[in-house]
Amino acid sequence: MNHWIIAPVVLPALMAPLIAFVMRYDIVLARAASFVSTLGLLAVSIALLVMVGDGDILVYRLGDWPAPFGIVLVVDRLSALMVLLTSILALLTLTHAAATGWDARGRHFHALFQFQLMGICGAFLTGDIFNLFVFFEVLLIASYGLMIHSGGVQRIRAGLQYVVINLAGSTLFLFALGTLYASTGTLNIADLAVRVQEIPAEDAALVRVAAILLMTVFAVKAAVFPVQFWLPGTYANAPAPVAALFAIMTKVGAYAILRVHALVFGPHVEAMQDMPGDLLFIGGIVTVAIGAFGVLGARRLMPLIAFSVVGSMGTLITALAAFRPEAVTAALYYLVHSTFAAAALFLVADLVVARRTDDRLTAQPPTVQNGLFAALFFGGAIAMAGMPPLSGFLGKLVILDALREPGEIWAAWVAILAGSLLTIIGFARAGSMIFWRSTATEAPVPTEAAPAPDATPATPMQLAPSMAAMALLAALAVFAGPVTRYLQGATDELFDYTAYVTAVLYVDNEGKDLSKGHGDDHGDSYGEDHGEEGYGDDGHGEADSPEADELPAHRANDAEAHGAEAEHVED
Amino acid sequence: MELLVASAVGVLTAGGVYLILRLRAFPVILGLSLLSYAVNVFLFSSGGLAVNLPPILNKYAPDQAYTDPLPQALVLTAIVISFGMTALLVMVALGAYLESDTDKVDMDAPDASGDEETSK
Repeated sequence: MNHWIIAPVVLPALMAPLIAFVMRYDIVLARAASFVSTLGLLAVSIALLVMVGDGDILVYRLGDWPAPFGIVLVVDRLSALMVLLTSILALLTLTHAAATGWDARGRHFHALFQFQLMGICGAFLTGDIFNLFVFFEVLLIASYGLMIHSGGVQRIRAGLQYVVINLAGSTLFLFALGTLYASTGTLNIADLAVRVQEIPAEDAALVRVAAILLMTVFAVKAAVFPVQFWLPGTYANAPAPVAALFAIMTKVGAYAILRVHALVFGPHVEAMQDMPGDLLFIGGIVTVAIGAFGVLGARRLMPLIAFSVVGSMGTLITALAAFRPEAVTAALYYLVHSTFAAAALFLVADLVVARRTDDRLTAQPPTVQNGLFAALFFGGAIAMAGMPPLSGFLGKLVILDALREPGEIWAAWVAILAGSLLTIIGFARAGSMIFWRSTATEAPVPTEAAPAPDATPATPMQLAPSMAAMALLAALAVFAGPVTRYLQGATDELFDYTAYVTAVLYVDNEGKDLSKGHGDDHGDSYGEDHGEEGYGDDGHGEADSPEADELPAHRANDAEAHGAEAEHVED
Repeated sequence: MELLVASAVGVLTAGGVYLILRLRAFPVILGLSLLSYAVNVFLFSSGGLAVNLPPILNKYAPDQAYTDPLPQALVLTAIVISFGMTALLVMVALGAYLESDTDKVDMDAPDASGDEETSK
């Protein structure tokens, strides 16, 4: 087994307590440790990407327990890409937080940051749906701390809402998992993929309920209508580097929808009849509209950017819901793009707002480096709105090109094109108000009640992250060909769910001695294991081995079936 | 037995949802706790209800019957997580109450409240 697979989870998990306990009073040391950890994460994620680049699916069995009895981590091209995306974004936001001093405005920024990375990477890597819940909780509990970092009335109240909505979401997640377990008897994603297909359409009511509950939970994370309402308030009130990092959190939801939809509840499953896809499509269209109108109606800069994130998630989910290979490839390209676009906008906006009295869209005296900030904001805005030459244009173009089925073309094209237009208008209005109208405004004489805003120019280190994000967007547009080829590979793996199931359940799945006894006449691994470990050597021995039909039916048959098939593959 | 457990889950969930919709910090915390109790009972029953049976396989027992141990492990995880989350929620709610002198969970629109704050 390749132990690097678990490194993206273990590395931040080790660094976070180290930073929290050893370096809590030394911000310089904490920064250094956080950078070392994030750079290490970047190196590992590049290595993982190279390892799976030729189409391998790598499986890591924790504790060497064979799937589906133990928890597995699975890396395919999609997971590797998401982990790489996380680590690049983490490096950008960490640089911004350290350069602007955000990390020193409250305690434990770096420790929480590392825990957040641990949760996000774990959610992208895990192959077990209950383990996905646990990693969701890890990333959420870290995000609660980051969300209210440095305090303030508005921020803590927004943070309280964020905590409440996500706790309710977690409860729903558990309800979904309970229903799923009750109807299938397993929580391993590969095993679920096999089991859900065996359910005949007339007995599918319970598993359909589980599917919709699960999709609702992921929709909360991905901010899809009708559960998108928490996002604008949270992102607008979070510290800007945290909001930039949160750009990947909505993608965790989108990733989970894609993974579970592709493997477990997809159109290939008789019991589902593509119900989740149809509902997601409607949700995606409405989300695009909400995002566009929000951008148009926002009166402050941070909510405006937050609404543009909602709109981009709507576009992404609309493409994912179609669930054809070309649409999913387009959606993945747009996913990479929109992550960096949202992060770039939040980081630039932070530099501007820190030099103004607040982030209201009103004419205020120009900040220092007004032209530079305006140029950066312009770059981020055209990326988010989907104008050439940055990758947003290509992303929306391929999505529109992929959504040409008669049933969806009208809704999808109208929503995405009109949404883009409204987004352009909203950003143009905001940009001209902040950067152009400001030049016509005289600075008031500073008083004690209204001191002059910060007039220090941004240092190169403060500008570097947002410029790097723009450069990445430009690179994504220039290298669209190679990137798309990689994404097509990822999509092919997603649609070939048998390869995933085989990799997890059958290839090298001996693990411990658990399935060793399957070849025996008794056909009972539990009894055999006891015998081998010496518990059964006192005379009762094999004769007492429980027969398979005395076990609760689904678990026993299950162990049987997998053991037999595993042996078959080995032969 | 099934009726008892099912109605317990139902009543707890209904109470939890009602309390969350009160939109005051303390009822919301209680509501979320009730919801997490409901989901714990629900998870516990998802492996099938078996009375008086051990959650381990014992081949010396007369009939080798056992109750599914996996939901018990899941419930244990869920209890630990929801306990931690409730503690965190209490701290955040307390912070919000002390900072803003109100225990309302809902906020005005982000735009409007921002305007008020800066116009003061």
